[in-house]
Order: sequence, then C-alpha cells, then structure tokens
Amino acid sequence: MTTTPTNDKLIEVRDLRTYFYLYEGVVKAVDGVSFEIRQGRSLGVIGESGCGKSVTAQSIMRIAPEPPAKHVGGEILLHLGRDGNGEVVDMLKLDPHGDRIRALRWKEIAMIFQEPMTSFSPLFTIGNQIGEAIQLHLPGLSKKQVRERTIDLLGRVGIPQPKRLIDAYPHQLSGGMRQRAMIAMALSCNPRLLIADEPTTALDVTIEAQILELIATLQQEFNMALMYISHDLAVVSEMSDEIMVMYLGSVMEQAETGEIFNNPLHPYTQALWRSIPRIEGGQDRLVPISGTLPSPYNLPKGCPFYTRCEHRMPGICDAARPPMIEVSPNHKVSCFLYKQE
Amino acid sequence: MLAYIARRIVTLIPILFLISIVSFIVIELPPGDWVTFQIESLRMSGIELGQDEADRLTRQYGLDKPLHERYLRWIENMLFYGNLGWSFQWNRPVNDLLAERIPLTMAISIASLLLSWAIAIPIGIYSATHQYSVWDYIFTFIGFIGLATPGFLVALVLAWLIFTTTGFSPLGLFSTQYVDAPWSWEKLVDMLKHLVLPLFIIGLSSTGTTIRVMRANLLDELKKQYVITARAKGLSETKLLLKYPVRMAINPIVSTVGWILPGLVSGEVLVSIVLSIQTTGPLLLRAVLAQDMYLAGSIVMILSTLTVIGTLLSDILLAALDPRIRYGGVKK
Repeated sequence: MTTTPTNDKLIEVRDLRTYFYLYEGVVKAVDGVSFEIRQGRSLGVIGESGCGKSVTAQSIMRIAPEPPAKHVGGEILLHLGRDGNGEVVDMLKLDPHGDRIRALRWKEIAMIFQEPMTSFSPLFTIGNQIGEAIQLHLPGLSKKQVRERTIDLLGRVGIPQPKRLIDAYPHQLSGGMRQRAMIAMALSCNPRLLIADEPTTALDVTIEAQILELIATLQQEFNMALMYISHDLAVVSEMSDEIMVMYLGSVMEQAETGEIFNNPLHPYTQALWRSIPRIEGGQDRLVPISGTLPSPYNLPKGCPFYTRCEHRMPGICDAARPPMIEVSPNHKVSCFLYKQE
Repeated sequence: MLAYIARRIVTLIPILFLISIVSFIVIELPPGDWVTFQIESLRMSGIELGQDEADRLTRQYGLDKPLHERYLRWIENMLFYGNLGWSFQWNRPVNDLLAERIPLTMAISIASLLLSWAIAIPIGIYSATHQYSVWDYIFTFIGFIGLATPGFLVALVLAWLIFTTTGFSPLGLFSTQYVDAPWSWEKLVDMLKHLVLPLFIIGLSSTGTTIRVMRANLLDELKKQYVITARAKGLSETKLLLKYPVRMAINPIVSTVGWILPGLVSGEVLVSIVLSIQTTGPLLLRAVLAQDMYLAGSIVMILSTLTVIGTLLSDILLAALDPRIRYGGVKK
C-alpha cells in the first residue's frame, strides 16, 4: 500500500456550521469549523464546556438531534476505501435516518461516549449490544461467529473472563469495565475513525490512565484514525498527533502537538496553557482566564474571544471575524495579531 | 428468578391476613347491622317489630356474638371450607353470588386493560417521537378528554346515542331474547356486541392516563445516552425505538397492572350501574347499603386479594423485563 500525503485523507470537515434552533434563540454551537484527519493519525480537540467540540463529533456521525440542531452549512467529506482513491461522501448531504448513513456509522466511524454508565441499555447484556453492531455491519456471520468475535474483542480490551462477562448486564460491571466494553463495541466492526468524546471524564484517575493507554494501543493495533475530544490538556497532548483548540464554536488554533505546546500563538491558547500546572514550572501561580463565556445566544460579532482577550484591538478584533491563516506549515491560527507569511 | 417469586409469595401471607382483618373491621364500622336495617325497612312499610323479635333475629343470624368470634368463624369457614358465608340480603351463599360475577368482572377489566394498552401505547409512542406535531396535540387533546370526563356520563350519552340512532339497546349483557336462552353462536355475538360499549367506556380514562404516561416516559428515555449509542451504531430508527427506549418506558405501565381491579370497583361502579352490567361493583354497593356484611366483606377481601396477586404478577413481569430488578437492585 502506497500512501502519499495527498490521498491518505480520511475525513475533511470544511466550514461546518451546526446551529441549534431553540425557543430562547439560535445557538451557533459549531460556527465555521474546518479540519481534516488523515488515515491512522490522531487529532485532539480541546476547549471549554460548550465550545462545540462534542457537537462537531456528533455532526460527523449525524447523530446530533435534528431538530433542534441544523447543519446550516459546510461539508463533511468522508473518503471511503483504505487507499484513499475510493468514493467521497458528504455526510451532511445524506438523510440522517437513511440506509446509506446507517451503513457508514460504526463501520467507518465509531464513537466512545462520555458516560459509560448510560451508554449501554440496562435491559440487554453487553454481549447482545456488541453483537448487534457486528450483525448489522458484517452480515453473513453466524451467531456463533458473532459471539466468538465479541468474546475476542472483550478480551482485547482487557475485560477479565470475557466468556463469562459477555452475558453480564451493564449494571453488573464497574464504570471502567463498562467503558472497556464500550471500546470493544466501538472496535467491533473495524472502524477507520474512532471518535472518543471525553471517554475518561466520568472515571477516576487510575482507571483513566488505563483506558487512555488502551485506546492508544488499540489505535495502533487496528490502524485507526482517532479524534480525541477532551477539556484536559494533558490527556489530549498524550493522545494526539495534532491539536485543535476550539472556543465558542470556532477553531482558534491548530498545529502539531509539539509545536502548539512550545509555540502557542493564539491568546486563548496561551491563556489555556498558563492555567495548567507544570511539574517543571516552579512556584508560579496559575493564571485563570479572566471573565466568563459570553451568552451563547449573543456571540460577539468579531473574534469570539474578544471579550476576554488580553491583546484585543478595539475596532479590529470586534469588527470582523479573524480569518484562519497558516503562519508556518501546518500551524494555523485565527487571530489578527498574525499575518500570513 | 424462582427464588424471587417464592420470596414474594411468602410475603403475601401476612399481607392477606392484614387485609382480612381490615376488610372485616371496615364492614363492621357503620352503626347497626343487617337486623337493624331489616327492622328499619319493615317500619317504613308500617310493620313494627318488638324488641324480643329483634333479639331473636339477631341470635338467628349470629350477630349477637362478639366481633372477634364472628371474624374467626368467617376466616375459619373461608380457609377450611372455602365458604365465604351467607348473604342475608339475597338469602343465598356468598360463594354463588360471587361465582356469577367475578369471572365477568375479571374478563371486563382484563379486556379493557388490554384494549386501552393496545390503543394507548402506540399513540404514546407516536406522540413522544413526534412531540409538538399536529397529531401529538390532537392525541393530547383526546387523552385529556378521556381523563377528564366521568365514565358514567359518557356511558349515559353513548347508550342514548346508540339506542336512538340504531335502535340497539346496549344495556345489560344480553338482549332480552337471549337472557335465558342456552349458549349459542348468536348469543355469544349478542354478548360481544353488548360488551363493546362498557369496554370502551371503562378503558377510556385509563387510555388517557396511559397515553400521557407513555409519552412522558418515552420522552425521557429518548434523550438517554444509550439511544444515541444505538443510533450511532447504525440501527434503523424503528428497530432502535422498539428495542431500547420503548422497552424502558413501558416498565412503569406494567407496574400498574395490579391497580386495575380496585379501579374497576371504585370508578366503574357507576358505569356498570348505568349500563346494568352485573359486575362486582354494583353488588358491593348494594351489600354495603344493606349492611349485608358477609357479602360486602367477602367482596372487599377477594378484590384486595386479586389486587395483591395482580401486583405480584406485574412485579414478576417487571423482573422478567428488567434485569436490574431480577438481580436484586443496582450494584455499584
């Protein structure tokens, strides 16, 4: 298999706009987000609560509740086929309840959710719920083969006694075990992209470390791309080749992990970095980001970070949206402080 | 599962014992007894009974014995001989009276329950999945009418409407020519025709309730993460809906199975009286008015027992539906 940088694209999101039409007004949850993920690579998405990172992920799978959500613009191009020369599907053009998108879900893109406690229905065994996905996307397997595959998956995600626990109900497993079962379910059909939406937020720290290691190992093993969403900087940096920083539905900055940590350009990224403790960082006080998020119903007209930015330039930053510019190769930032090279 | 059922059956025994005491005491609570009721009725028609005559009657019916002694005899007869006592008012054994009415009562209540579920659950599902749509509002409106209109009023209006427009009298269980006729196909058809109206009316309010409950439960469940997981897996909407959220939303409805019998006795008495259907409701009403204590006590006792058994059945059904109940609660 030959892969050149031009044809190993897996997913391209271009100017995605997902708005929620609520009684109280319109929430622009995702407002012009663009990024791409190449095969086998990992993208970390970071941002505060409500910055649109989960909605971006849900939009990719078209599982954001429509209505109230509406994809008012953009494209989500999924490149089918492992060699990158296959068909290209725009997920936003598909009927969200149609056969086509249902065949793509889980088979091409699978997802792990934040709440392992509620991700499984309490009424069916985990074996039943994992087997259901396998039967749906790999028809032709016998019941016995589905069961064997499920047991194998449960073993690979580190569930002890998978032959016995395949018949366990979700409430009989601990939170960590349930998240492992969820990962097994996500991998059940060999997806090419795994979206992990804060999969460790509900777990305690020791379990979190195990789950992160598991996801990283399995990403290699299954040769998947990974989109890792979190508000935890340390976790994202560990999991990702590239990092995208989001704020109020927009991308602020995007670069390779090492680059963005060593050379953060956007004032928001810089502020985020200052707000986390560093082991080698000495005794400096942590600096929180001043101010609070503006109302989601009434976003600033210009840069969304304008109200809280240390370097804001009245008359420039609040007048128009700063365009996304590439300051150095693969390092993009949306800020008027920088000029295209 | 079997251990669960066995445990539940054992706990029934003290409950039934308490119910029997309460039933008996409730029947004894109003002042006077069958004899004083009789004397009063005779006085109304101009006949005065002497004190010695009244005492003789009291002794004859065994009403002079103390309360606990009468209770023990009632229970003894019930437990060892299956004999519920004697109805003073009908001058017949209570067993015979109930044997005529309990099967019909049960049949009507179970049939009306199934009918109301068959109507309400699909409507509830539709309303929840099409929240705030035109049909949701229409079903909500109809549901509230069903909830808010007294059954006997609907019974009166519909019985009148049917009679004036078709000439068919929907009252009673059989048309007059079939009442004493031997069982035949025509008689069965006639009975079914008479049952449509009571089933509809008795089921009406519970249909309204079930629509509301099903809609609210399902709306809650539809937002749950496991529904989104199932959708992300690529399941079709119909399959997903029926396998996951509907199965969860139906549980609270299943748990109310046990309540249909007391409901039938309290609310539907009036419907039964208006439509002159011989269920236990009107029988209980007359027995209480006439202080026919063994009949009234036995009806209360039997209906309470059926309620307790109904609750047990619904709990077993729930345990079968929900593994968390089957395995004794959520483990953390």
